[in-house]
Amino acid sequence: MNALILSAVFGVVMMFSGILLKQKSAVRNLAIAGILLLLVSNVLETYGTAFFKVNVNGMMYFDRLALFFNTIVFVSALLYFLLTAKDMEKVGVNYAEYFALIFFILCGITLTSSFKSLLILFLGIEIISIPLYILTGTDKRNLKSNEASLKYLLLGAFSTGLMLMGIALIYGAKGTFSTEGANLVTDKPSVLLVAGMILLLFSMSFKASAAPFHFWTPDVYDGAPTVFTSFMATIVKAAVFIAFIRLFDEAFGTLRAQWQLWIAVITAATLFIGNITAVFQQSVKRMLAYSSIAQAGFMLLSLYAMNTDAKEGILLYVTAYSFATIGIFAVLARMNDYTFDGFNGLAQKDPLVAGSLTVFLLSLAGIPLTAGFLAKFYMLKATIATPQGLWLAIFAILMAAVSVYYYFRVIQAMYFKEGDDAKAPETTPVFRGTLVILAALVILLGIFPDLLLHWFYF
Amino acid sequence: MIPVLLILLPLLTGLVTFFIKDEKTARSWALLASVATLAVSLLGLTVMNDDTHLSHKAQWLQTIGSSFSVKVDGMGQLLCLLTAISFPLIFVSTWHSQYKKANNFFALMLLGQAGLMGVFVAMDALLFYFFWELALIPMYFLASQWGGERRIKATFKFFIYTFVGSVLMLVGILYLQSQTPDHSFSLQSFYNLGLPVRTQSWVFWLFFVAFAVKMPVWPFHTWQPDAYEQSPTATTMVLSGIMVKMGLLGVIRWLLPVLPFASWQNGDTVMTMAVIGIVYASLIAIRSDDIKRLIAYSSIAHIGLMCMALFAENKSGMQGVMIQMFNHGINIIGLWIMVEVIERQYGTRKLSELGGLAQKAPVMAIFFVIVALANIALPLTNAFAGEFLMFNSLLSAKTSYLYAILFTVFAGMGIILAAVYTLNMIRKIFFGELTTVTANAQDIKLNEKLAMGVIVILIFWFGVYPQGLLNITDELSQVLVNKMDISHLLRKQ
Repeated sequence: MNALILSAVFGVVMMFSGILLKQKSAVRNLAIAGILLLLVSNVLETYGTAFFKVNVNGMMYFDRLALFFNTIVFVSALLYFLLTAKDMEKVGVNYAEYFALIFFILCGITLTSSFKSLLILFLGIEIISIPLYILTGTDKRNLKSNEASLKYLLLGAFSTGLMLMGIALIYGAKGTFSTEGANLVTDKPSVLLVAGMILLLFSMSFKASAAPFHFWTPDVYDGAPTVFTSFMATIVKAAVFIAFIRLFDEAFGTLRAQWQLWIAVITAATLFIGNITAVFQQSVKRMLAYSSIAQAGFMLLSLYAMNTDAKEGILLYVTAYSFATIGIFAVLARMNDYTFDGFNGLAQKDPLVAGSLTVFLLSLAGIPLTAGFLAKFYMLKATIATPQGLWLAIFAILMAAVSVYYYFRVIQAMYFKEGDDAKAPETTPVFRGTLVILAALVILLGIFPDLLLHWFYF
Repeated sequence: MIPVLLILLPLLTGLVTFFIKDEKTARSWALLASVATLAVSLLGLTVMNDDTHLSHKAQWLQTIGSSFSVKVDGMGQLLCLLTAISFPLIFVSTWHSQYKKANNFFALMLLGQAGLMGVFVAMDALLFYFFWELALIPMYFLASQWGGERRIKATFKFFIYTFVGSVLMLVGILYLQSQTPDHSFSLQSFYNLGLPVRTQSWVFWLFFVAFAVKMPVWPFHTWQPDAYEQSPTATTMVLSGIMVKMGLLGVIRWLLPVLPFASWQNGDTVMTMAVIGIVYASLIAIRSDDIKRLIAYSSIAHIGLMCMALFAENKSGMQGVMIQMFNHGINIIGLWIMVEVIERQYGTRKLSELGGLAQKAPVMAIFFVIVALANIALPLTNAFAGEFLMFNSLLSAKTSYLYAILFTVFAGMGIILAAVYTLNMIRKIFFGELTTVTANAQDIKLNEKLAMGVIVILIFWFGVYPQGLLNITDELSQVLVNKMDISHLLRKQ
């Protein structure tokens, strides 16, 4: 509750800061202070200090999973601000508004991580989506950005419609919006309930960019300003997944027989399309868009398995994935050339940045000693423990091997190819420091994942 | 204590090497570090060879049932010793090779050594997998950055092959772990597993593909000649001398005793693949003009024989392979050192462009001939004892009698063919007319003499007195063979 209210308040504060504060660095520092405040208040709430006592009528529930996930999101957002806040200046003139929109999205994320009612879920998803439509179109003079924004809005509206329809059907079947009630249904669920659940599955798959609902992802990620793509592909995606998990665990846990096959098919399709298409990309930004689809496929495995390992694993996975992807996008936002050749010879020009990038890429590819490996490991372990999961696990791991191809193309360009005379992207000491800390965190989590997961159980 | 040092020493010194800017200092530092590792390994072999010193267990990832459990057993002793001896030899023999950014080169070499040591001593499946990948990454960077013209493509192929193999193994490991009663990754739990006969078979292939790519066994070998050819020779030495042993060790420690029934069941298939590989690789080696490719193919043939002997599943085979892993490593590193000298001095590796070197470089000729003869397992050289034991095991293999005879005959053909291409190589390099390339040849330098001297001493020492190696591996191979015994399973059927 702390984070929910404070993030909404801070959204408003950031909106007015644009008028009151003349210097951009002041706006930026205010935003960083805000995110720190959110982080601290959320951690305090985890230890039992809630600032606000609000009666939510059982529509929300701030349990360990929700609070812990919020902490992960705020840490990621803090790192994201430290790395890319300066680059947002280049996007347009409304600097303060971008931060305001991001704080509103964070407010939506706290809703999706703690809903107990389908209405709150819907609210959360919409509060996340609408600022995103705006952020996608912030590069106003760029046709691609406008196109992406419109496309995102139209398709997003369509999936919102699906979601509302699904919620309405479920309400019809059960007579309540609460996620608790559905678990009562055991042997023969009504058609209305199953239909509603399938519609919710589709609309959530759309938000998580799972195939075959992924078509908006590459265009939107490619068209949006890189600094916002980074946010969209990491923190927002993580939020969607946590909502996905909560929904199907709490509301539809007993209907598992009805949805498990759907999820298996969607997972396999997502893994296949994401990985195979990423191989053929020429632009690193577009490759990362497809990579985010591929990684979503791996995260869907947790939904398929839905056991203790899966729930721990998804927390580790979103952390590992967000950290690595935020790092890569932060560097990408400073590059002039987004093609693979743009990275040629970066290791000679700037060994530190190239080294950190290598750690992030290895983590995304799932090489041991990085957080990405243990994240994938948890997913596979959870999947293999289910009765029929083995083939899905083998398919997933073969697709992970395919992903090595496109992640390593960047490494090859940086280390083994000669670069042109163009200078390395300019970086500030804060940027370099944060990048190194991020890389260190990725490796640390790869060796001692208990550091993170222990918090979950403390 | 000892195994932890064997991993940590190269790891930490390797990390330090990244920050040494001066080339000469980095080189000396790397040599010093590798000698220190050798000292630790020798210490573990002689003075501190009891269980308290040779094993270590620490908590790590308890929640998922894994621990940092390392131990140097008999096979580990030999392979750690091989790794520890090889790196100083490699550094000394390539003392005059020039590398761009030499500090990174030596740092990655040492990191690779740490990974290899980890693979050889890990007694926990997840830890094993960790090191398995860790050994690969530095090698990939080494070969791609300092290799020949087609390096990026060739080493990437190598990387993808081994990565696909190892992720399949990861699924296998996870499956086995989910079947253990205590949900543990420890080797001992895997040994006690006793998986149902039906499931053993497909788990076998998940593991075997990973190991077969690494060894490599036909038809998983296609990455190997390219990777050996395109890597810088120092890296090729590590790849062919030590890294291929990861696959063999995997089969011995993690496959045969864990899945005894499937190993017996698929033994014929694997042996057929290996024997095809032996004949095929030997024939290609005869037609090769490039020395590096010739040795690469000869290595496939040698490893093929070792793979066959493993699936014979008897004690002489086990022991033969264990000591042959050591001796093959020594011999092939000797061969690569000579190739490196030839390539650096004359700028070519083509047999057709070389000739008459014996007149100009007599010392080199003597060393080369000794190592080459050891490579074809002439009596009194180190490879003879191992090869003898392996053929012995093939004849008494657990397959049908007819198959045993057939396999032995074809594998024996491999020896004859090996003699053909090896002697042919010696003839073309050292005898005949001098060519334009070799007209102004010089003999090898002191550092190369030193490295080769050590190798020749080892060749003769273990050629005359193989008992030392046999003693180390005796107990372990008996234990492993007992675990592979499936007669009680067969009787039940």
